Amino acid sequence: MTQLILEQALNGFQFGLMLFLLAAGLTLVFGIMDMINLAHGSLYMVGAYLAAAAAAASGSFVVGVLAAVAGTAVVGALLEVAVLRRLYQRDHLAQVLATFALILIANEAVRMLWGDQPMLLNAPAALAGPVEIGGFSYPAYRLLIIAVGVAVALALYVVVAKTRLGMWVRAGASNREMTEALGVNVKRLFTLVFAFGAGLCALAGALLGPLLAVQVGMGESILILAFVVIVIGGIGSIRGALVGSLLVGVVDTLGRALLPWLLRGFLPAETAANLGPALAAILIYLLMAAILFWKPAGLFPARG
Amino acid sequence: MNALLEIRGLAVAYGASQVLFGIDLTLAEGEVATLLGRNGMGKSTTLRTLCGLSPAPAGILAGSIRFAGEEIAGRAPDRIGRGGIALVPEGRQIFPNLSVRENLVAFAANRRGVASPWTLERVFELFPRLAERQQNMGNQLSGGEQQMLAIGRALMTNPRLLILDEATEGLAPLVREEIWQCLARLRAAGQTTLVVDKYVERLIALADRHTIVERGRVVWPGSSAELDADHGIWHRYLGV
Ligand SMILES: Nc1ncnc2c1ncn2[C@@H]1O[C@H](COP(=O)(O)OP(=O)(O)OP(=O)(O)O)[C@@H](O)[C@H]1O
Ligand SMILES: [Mg+2]
Repeated sequence: MTQLILEQALNGFQFGLMLFLLAAGLTLVFGIMDMINLAHGSLYMVGAYLAAAAAAASGSFVVGVLAAVAGTAVVGALLEVAVLRRLYQRDHLAQVLATFALILIANEAVRMLWGDQPMLLNAPAALAGPVEIGGFSYPAYRLLIIAVGVAVALALYVVVAKTRLGMWVRAGASNREMTEALGVNVKRLFTLVFAFGAGLCALAGALLGPLLAVQVGMGESILILAFVVIVIGGIGSIRGALVGSLLVGVVDTLGRALLPWLLRGFLPAETAANLGPALAAILIYLLMAAILFWKPAGLFPARG
Repeated sequence: MNALLEIRGLAVAYGASQVLFGIDLTLAEGEVATLLGRNGMGKSTTLRTLCGLSPAPAGILAGSIRFAGEEIAGRAPDRIGRGGIALVPEGRQIFPNLSVRENLVAFAANRRGVASPWTLERVFELFPRLAERQQNMGNQLSGGEQQMLAIGRALMTNPRLLILDEATEGLAPLVREEIWQCLARLRAAGQTTLVVDKYVERLIALADRHTIVERGRVVWPGSSAELDADHGIWHRYLGV
């Protein structure tokens, strides 16, 4: 039992870190430009496909990941300059419609390029097995994801918290006009942030590829989670995105694993088996509602 | 006299409603000038347009703004900011999610290569209270401290022209006094400044020249001595 809880908690932590890679870009885009970008999940999908294709072509998982990050960052920058930039001044409905169209276009483009079938992306063979940590065994590849996730979160923290670039991003998220008046080219800063966010999406897509299927539509389900995360964390806040991601990752994963089992304690087995997964699926929305009730602007609001 | 800033016939509208109908204002290097007028007469709109903020660029109907020999009307605000104009805005607009120190260092620049530029140390020397609060977040400051921070933040860009919009508004008398003393020190150091404020007596003592606006038009330009001599103007246009 402890083994199960520990394993699921680690899985939740690992999933939360990957969610953070998506949510970080999403929250900045939303926070600075007041822009709802539904196509953010598509960048995650594009990243996973690029990784699978590049890994297949080169025979190396690492090459696949690096190519996915670089390629998707370029796609993101082009997308921002060509399409999204035109949407900042529009209302949210126009943004939602236009970026929803981008989802459909991205899905079709991926289908045309790589076909209907899910693509295979294998974890490096060296990491295929489990590792033993003090009598407890855990898949080596998942540990790698945790390590990369923690490293990226730390690097992002340093950039956002300690560098002038990070200060500009935070300043831009709370007051764009004043940031510009003080000499910062927020437009260019934003293309950079967007490309960076796209690269992080691709990293998540590439790393999760071997665990989840690389297929058309993979971006949409995770996008919803990423939105829940940034609403919980406070829109525009990187710290909020990190805390929100870990909360959502752990609560969702643990809920799915443990709720059916917990319910069995005081409900008939069949009812528990049906109710458990249904309850688990709405658990993060309950979490979001509870947090918003207590803190309507999220845990770490960027605007004071 | 070498004009650093020259506004000619500036007409500006918010959408369909025009609020400036031809503002003229000239400011020489090292001078301190004011823009005066009752509430809603167009002072902030003039300053914002000057800085490239809304209603600029779309709202500029006519006129020119020459700064350091270049036409800047309608330019993007970040270019104007890098070009040497720094705004201490109405309402202070401190970044609440940046620390005091970050509010200052984030925008530090010395693009003209000034020999003795403003630095964190010099701003802390000007406003010792900010030094004590440097690790605090912007939203944890009192109104007076926020105002000092807004001035310090603008100075850190080492501007050729410093613009202050109602920098003493809503402050306790003692704090207000501190701001006036700071402005006098900046003047003595040769900082070219354009000030909007309500305290006419203090402004006469501080500034060289004044421009009074009424409903978007200049109704009286003149020197401190002229304004000091004619209290009728105060009553007519400033309501004091
Ligand atoms: N965003 C806006 N949209 C439409 N009209 C505006 C806007 N901001 C200001 N105005 C109008 O423009 C006119 C000039 O306003 P402005 O803020 O420039 O005045 P002000 O001289 O700075 O006044 P105050 O002393 O109250 O700060 C006012 O009539 C005001 O109602
Ligand atoms: Mg005003």
